[in-house]
Amino acid sequence: MSEVVVRVSQGTADQNEERRYQVPVTPGMVVLDAIHYIQAHFAPDLAVRWNCKAAKCGSCSAEVNGKPSLMCKSRLDDFQPGEEIVVYPLRSFPRIKDLVTNVSWNYEVNKKIVPFTPRKNAQWKMYQEDMDRVQEFRKCIECFLCQNVCHVLRNHEKYEQFGGPRFFVRLAGLEMHPLDGADRLPYVKDEAGIGYCNITKCCTEVCPESIHITDNAIIPLKERVVDRYYDPLTKLFRIFSGNNK
Amino acid sequence: MESYETHEHDVLVIGAGGAGLRATVEAAVQGVSVGVVCKSLLGKAHTVMAEGGVAAAMANVDEADCWQTHFKDTMAGGKMLNNWRMAQLHAQQSPERVYELERWGALFDRTADGKILQRAFGGHTHNRLAHVGDRTGLELIRTMQDRVVQQGVPVYMECTITHLLKDGDRVSGAVGYWRDTGRFVVFKAKAIVLATGGVGKSFKVTSNSWEYTSDGIGMAFKSGAELIDMEFLQFHPTGMVWPPGVKGLLVTEAVRGEGGLLRNNKGERFMEKYDPKRMELSTRDLVARSIYTEVKEGRGSEHGGVFLDVSHLPAETVIKKLPSMYHQFKDLADVDITKGPMEVGPTTHYMMGGVRVDADTGQTTVPGLFAAGEVGGGMHGANRLGGNSLSDLLVFGKLTGEAAAQFAKKSSKLRVREEDIKAGIEEMLAPLARTSGPSPYEIHEKLQELMQSYVGIMRTEQDLKHAIEQLQTLKQEAQRVRVTGSRMYNPGWHLAYDLKTMLNTSEAIARCALQRTESRGAHTRLDHPATSPEWGKVNSTVNQDGDGMRVGTSPLPQMPEELRQLFEEPVAAAKK
Ligand SMILES: Cc1cc2nc3c(=O)[nH]c(=O)nc-3n(C[C@H](O)[C@H](O)[C@H](O)COP(=O)(O)OP(=O)(O)OC[C@H]3O[C@@H](n4cnc5c(N)ncnc54)[C@H](O)[C@@H]3O)c2cc1C
Ligand code: SF4
Ligand code: SF4
Ligand code: FES
Repeated sequence: MSEVVVRVSQGTADQNEERRYQVPVTPGMVVLDAIHYIQAHFAPDLAVRWNCKAAKCGSCSAEVNGKPSLMCKSRLDDFQPGEEIVVYPLRSFPRIKDLVTNVSWNYEVNKKIVPFTPRKNAQWKMYQEDMDRVQEFRKCIECFLCQNVCHVLRNHEKYEQFGGPRFFVRLAGLEMHPLDGADRLPYVKDEAGIGYCNITKCCTEVCPESIHITDNAIIPLKERVVDRYYDPLTKLFRIFSGNNK
Repeated sequence: MESYETHEHDVLVIGAGGAGLRATVEAAVQGVSVGVVCKSLLGKAHTVMAEGGVAAAMANVDEADCWQTHFKDTMAGGKMLNNWRMAQLHAQQSPERVYELERWGALFDRTADGKILQRAFGGHTHNRLAHVGDRTGLELIRTMQDRVVQQGVPVYMECTITHLLKDGDRVSGAVGYWRDTGRFVVFKAKAIVLATGGVGKSFKVTSNSWEYTSDGIGMAFKSGAELIDMEFLQFHPTGMVWPPGVKGLLVTEAVRGEGGLLRNNKGERFMEKYDPKRMELSTRDLVARSIYTEVKEGRGSEHGGVFLDVSHLPAETVIKKLPSMYHQFKDLADVDITKGPMEVGPTTHYMMGGVRVDADTGQTTVPGLFAAGEVGGGMHGANRLGGNSLSDLLVFGKLTGEAAAQFAKKSSKLRVREEDIKAGIEEMLAPLARTSGPSPYEIHEKLQELMQSYVGIMRTEQDLKHAIEQLQTLKQEAQRVRVTGSRMYNPGWHLAYDLKTMLNTSEAIARCALQRTESRGAHTRLDHPATSPEWGKVNSTVNQDGDGMRVGTSPLPQMPEELRQLFEEPVAAAKK
């Protein structure tokens, strides 16, 4: 049986180091399997999050050879023969221990978003073609990989002023829900700080659900903000028609 | 002694999957103080993985559907061992529970005329499963999670409850630890809802995650609650069999619902031999046994499964209706399912048995302790139909949340006893203090091998006796496990305790399986292949007996005449 070297960053926020393990490789093995092997044989206290092992729950996010990925979806045979596999926790969130980070900030952001609010007298009929684009956003498994790579958070640490791509996805899903009647644009603009996003598309690149975060969620939201706040004609029209959305 | 923090609620919900969240929403609506605890982050519970759909007789696709037919299908699927009242409430209330999710923002796939679309599934007479492609569970859990957040209910994430506390014969609280720090926490509550899910992690090949260590079943049992029907463990017919790392991972029944065909290595659609009428859409117990037989008799695939094929369907349909299956096979097994067949075989999936509950309220046999979802028993009898779990979570989550809140409102303040808390904490700390002993991972692996080989899909007296004997040895070993490292996010430490629970539950499964000398639904005894009318009159029961367990039977609740008649005459169409 062939073996692979796996280097895992272990420890806490203040004190951590890379440790090296030799792990036997079986066909189709993924990085998460290697981590479990290390747990069972060398480091029983190695901390890692996982649940589904099938890219459905978004628990096992980490940085594998520098690339933010789901460990349960990262096949060992996708690496070069002999390549060492280096596993780090997400770097935009504070480390708790080993591969586990404190992602609670995301849950706090989520709390501030006005939830689905049905229109008055909504008829509960919806057509697939009106829903397709919203269903794309609802595929999000909250892996926070997009949050992890966005430079507004990662490099500029705008945790107070910026919601991050995951929450633009959620906001777009609510704003484009065929039966939603709430208005979240002031929030999108002021609190979620969509203006900070300069459309680098790094978030879209890492999304394991292949959600077109920038093209389908962020840009349309940006357009709505522009229409509302910066386009005088629409503004006038809205005043006269009494339409707030 | 160790310090701990304390929280107090009227209702404490343990578990934030579909059942726990639905119970939380309802308890909060009743105006009591609610807290919800879960082992993973919010939104990662098993429910998120559910794929195929939620069963509800809404009759959007087949006008002929009605609750009576759903009720009959459920009872027939469960081989009439179901609690009839649960099956009735479930069939009657699930449509409303699904529509309610839609009003909370869920977006199900649609029919051409704008209604919720419903797909075919095994054992369901009509197209009955509301769904979102093959990620229905994600839609469910997100919708309810947003609801709970909106209600402002505190969610204690990554917190594991280990012991229930009692005041006299009533439940009054719980002890647990924070996974990140390893510090202890005590919850005081007037009513507790268990919504902790299933048991699959005791088996080697399973679709279940690390969370499925049967905690709720174990805690209920230890606080004196009765368990029922523990021998009825569902082996889902289609799990992945290759490559080894993904063995057991679920291949949703929606694959067959959308027209997938099962074939053996001779290219025969073998279901013709076992259930020519329903073929691939037969019930899970039957399909799982058929696959087992094909493989055993040498007609299996290279890696010990059979072939499941959707490549005759248009590729767009497959990608649109089964997107996560498409990716799962492409990414993890290098198989393009639009072009070639999948290899599949049975995988440990779902516990039909569990804590005995009252149908209308979810109350267990211990006052103040409630249970909903997979942790409870009775609803599904000897075999669960696909899609009936998600609807079960919604229907009984709601009823139980409501009943628990009402119960709490009527209760006066309760006590938790310091010595019970201390005993719980000491039990938790013991493995860290040992300087030698086996590793919990090692014993866990032995347990999984044992259960897989001796208490699996085909059972015999000899095997079951062997398993029970071996379980005693493993139990003794588990008393000696040693854990290294600190208490901070230490999975080895967590497993050391979960192991004890799993061993106990495994014994309950094996003992009930030994007792039931017949084959019925998911329980197959090679030495008792026939279904016996006598065994059809009783549920199996398990109760605490000193340090051990007592297995027995209790008569099945009797169905009222008007429901019994449904089985004699065909149900008139659209009787709603
Ligand atoms: C891959 C897969 C696909 C499925 N597809 C379908 C389907 O299409 N249709 C269908 O009807 N059913 C399906 N099922 C079955 C269904 O998903 C589950 O039975 C159901 O989700 C269980 O829900 P629950 O609320 O009872 O438990 P879960 O969703 O598992 O939630 C359990 C909760 O309890 C918590 N918990 C457990 N122990 C403790 C503890 N000690 N302390 C604190 N918290 C604890 C967990 O953290 C978790 O939050 C599927 C199952 C799987 C595995
Ligand atoms: S596109 Fe915007 S949100 Fe996405 S990573 Fe770039 S800056 Fe961040
Ligand atoms: S949008 Fe994509 S990358 Fe971001 S959290 Fe959701 S699934 Fe993950
Ligand atoms: S374990 Fe669920 S996404 Fe990897």
